Amino acid sequence: MATPPNSQETRNAASPAASPPRPGVARYVSGSAAQALLVPVLAVFVGLLLGGVVIAATDAGVAAAFRAFSADPGGVFRAIWQAVVKGYGALFYGSIGSPREMLDGYRIYLETGDNKALLKAIYPFTESLTTATPYIFAGLAVALGFRCGLFNIGAEGQFFIGALGAAFVGYSISGLPAFLHLPLALLGGALAGAVWGAVPGYLKARFGAHEVVNTIMMNWIAFRLSDWLLTGPMQAAGFRPVTPNIKMTAALPRFFEDPLRFNWGFILALVMAYVVYWLLFKTTIGFEIRAVGANPDGAKYAGINVVRNFVLVMTLSGALAGLAGTAQVLGVDHWVGQGFSAGYGFDSIALALLGKSHPLGVVLAALLFGFLRSGATRMQSLAGIPIDIISIIQGLVIIFVAAPALIRWLFRIPVPTAEETVLTRGWGK
Amino acid sequence: MAAETLSLPATEAAQRKRLLIGALLIALGLGMILLFLPDSEAEQTAKFGMNLVGSAAIKIPDLVVPVQASLYILSLVVVFVGAFHMARGVRSSGALFGIVALAFVGAFLVWATKGKSFSLIGMLSSSLVRATPIALAALCGVISERAAVVNIGIEGIMLISAQAAVVAATVTKSLGLGMLIGILMGGLIAAIHAFLVIRFKVDQIVSGVAINIFAAGITSFISSKYLQEQGDLLNNSGTFPIIQIPLLSRIPILGPIFFENNIVVYLMMLIVIVMHIVLYYTPWGLRTRAVGEHPKAADTLGVNVFFVRYVNVIVGGMIAGLGGVYFTLGSVGRFDEIMTAGKGFIGLAAMISGNWNPIGAFLASLIFGFADSLQVKMQILATPIPWQFLAMAPYLITMVVLTGVIGRAIPPAADGQPYEKQ
Repeated sequence: MATPPNSQETRNAASPAASPPRPGVARYVSGSAAQALLVPVLAVFVGLLLGGVVIAATDAGVAAAFRAFSADPGGVFRAIWQAVVKGYGALFYGSIGSPREMLDGYRIYLETGDNKALLKAIYPFTESLTTATPYIFAGLAVALGFRCGLFNIGAEGQFFIGALGAAFVGYSISGLPAFLHLPLALLGGALAGAVWGAVPGYLKARFGAHEVVNTIMMNWIAFRLSDWLLTGPMQAAGFRPVTPNIKMTAALPRFFEDPLRFNWGFILALVMAYVVYWLLFKTTIGFEIRAVGANPDGAKYAGINVVRNFVLVMTLSGALAGLAGTAQVLGVDHWVGQGFSAGYGFDSIALALLGKSHPLGVVLAALLFGFLRSGATRMQSLAGIPIDIISIIQGLVIIFVAAPALIRWLFRIPVPTAEETVLTRGWGK
Repeated sequence: MAAETLSLPATEAAQRKRLLIGALLIALGLGMILLFLPDSEAEQTAKFGMNLVGSAAIKIPDLVVPVQASLYILSLVVVFVGAFHMARGVRSSGALFGIVALAFVGAFLVWATKGKSFSLIGMLSSSLVRATPIALAALCGVISERAAVVNIGIEGIMLISAQAAVVAATVTKSLGLGMLIGILMGGLIAAIHAFLVIRFKVDQIVSGVAINIFAAGITSFISSKYLQEQGDLLNNSGTFPIIQIPLLSRIPILGPIFFENNIVVYLMMLIVIVMHIVLYYTPWGLRTRAVGEHPKAADTLGVNVFFVRYVNVIVGGMIAGLGGVYFTLGSVGRFDEIMTAGKGFIGLAAMISGNWNPIGAFLASLIFGFADSLQVKMQILATPIPWQFLAMAPYLITMVVLTGVIGRAIPPAADGQPYEKQ
């Protein structure tokens, strides 16, 4: 019996019976834009709030105020307020910069044509965008997997291998013009990552081996392989385990002079986000991917080649993660060292969850993380708050995003009509 | 999988697979001769140390073997096993691959040690020690997944427990109290995981990932805020002493490996045995397995599905907490950032390779521990094969195990699914 689509109540009442909860499924809203944004925004808000609690709880001034509690009870609140404002103020200054400095710099530039002050003022902002660049790629990689019901936890290894691939093309070939060398290096990085993603994809498709375990294993193989490459075949002259610098013909061009590292990688990331959006929502392939993600058995029954989609998505996902590493090498560092990929694997999972596996959401989430990460460095030096506070906030945000029920309960939001999207399944299914 | 219902194609496919594997093994055996023999000399010997310095065990003579003869014998063993498998078929794939792996590792060791000496017992005993956190992580996985709750936050749980334990032990100057705090902390984090996935039906893998990220953040935060400056006051606990078990530790070979360890290693072995008994010989184990395989049926028969899941996940967390305790109190006596270094994930791999049962998980952990300690020793012996490739072996083995070539790993049927009471 068809339920009237506009009758909210009927659908709510009918939905549990009509679609029984699927195994290992996380649900999320993807109705109207505002509704879709509500939970993530509130989750970030609660995450920052609890992060503030951690900042206050570990602040020396707050502890001192507590000791003087009997003499001055109000002092505790003042101290807490000061600690949090100092911390988050430094975070803001470190990630965006000071608007006043920007205006001053712009005025100087207009009057004298000297752009030094302006560049200095926009440095934090461009640095945040630069930090966000690999996050966009890596977040897209995991999001694409989620859309097909695959959990690519191996973005970290794919990132590393991709970076090494790009670096290899970047330093080993010389004499090519930039318009050939750069695309070649990008391709090298994407291919290397694609191979690293394709292996677990194939094993999943052919043998039903769970991609979570296999991508973790591939991560470790990637780390060991890179250990060997960086101390052997790909080591630069000298004793440090790093690759040689890439030739400048393979580098992603930068928009400003040093020390601003903002480069074309960011634009490329945005373009790639659009491509993923187009692929997912405007093509037959994307429809098949989403169909497999929603219900593999149903998709199979409808004649969709589930196995092929698994391999395809893991390959593309690996390529995107590889591009994340590539963008970092070709745009920012120009060489690869040990621990190059540290943290990107988990961060990218957080990004995909926060962005609800939608390319636009991923871009927004990546920008948020870029600003947080980049600002946290400044927060550490200005306010003495360890950079790891960002990971704490991140972990909290993921919990709240993954548990919309928790956020709804906290803020008394009514349960919306929800489409379900599969994130993961149990082992070996 | 569908072929299992049709008997004829199944046997034909099995036959082909048997012939293929047999042929591969013969090739491997011949390959071993080609790989290892050429750069050995006729009169060379390899010396394996069978005693451990400072051990209570009765001394036995070291094992000295002729290199070329041993390599021939071990290679031929592999060829013979391959041929036998082609001709007759070996029922137990575990035995088949066990023999081959032993022969291969043996040949490798003989080749790597040729003309030198190498403490075999030292390596085996360090294998068990290195396997301890992996096994504890795997056991945590086994007990929660048998009740159908996936916990990939083990890594994070271990990290938090490791830190809590060392701080508690340093402040109270009591290692026992530190261990208790570490274990309780593990139980607490697991309880949060259980609450999120059982009460709020958060995706189990996502919740685990969040725990990992949060744990990495909070422990590093505390570490750089407090532990680095006040290391002596907060982060310097000392480690558990080695306990030699009377009589048993005097047995040659077995003594130094199994009966001269610290308390965490003993507890790990004890938990393996206890968990095996509980899972397979007690009502609670039956209920746990029922909840993991078919929660609705268990519920119908009056088992409280949620209660069983909560208890199992929390107990699992306490076991993982003990794993965390190993890293600090059982090993170096202080906390370093991200010191678990992926052992929790390796534990999950061990759990899967061990087919979700405690003894299997323990044996798989031993393989990882062995590879880990082999890699360290090979760095010392300076073999021509880069140690990094050796270090990859356990990961590759896990991937092969997952393909089902060596017998399929079958998870509990309801693993990872939330349960809704009707």
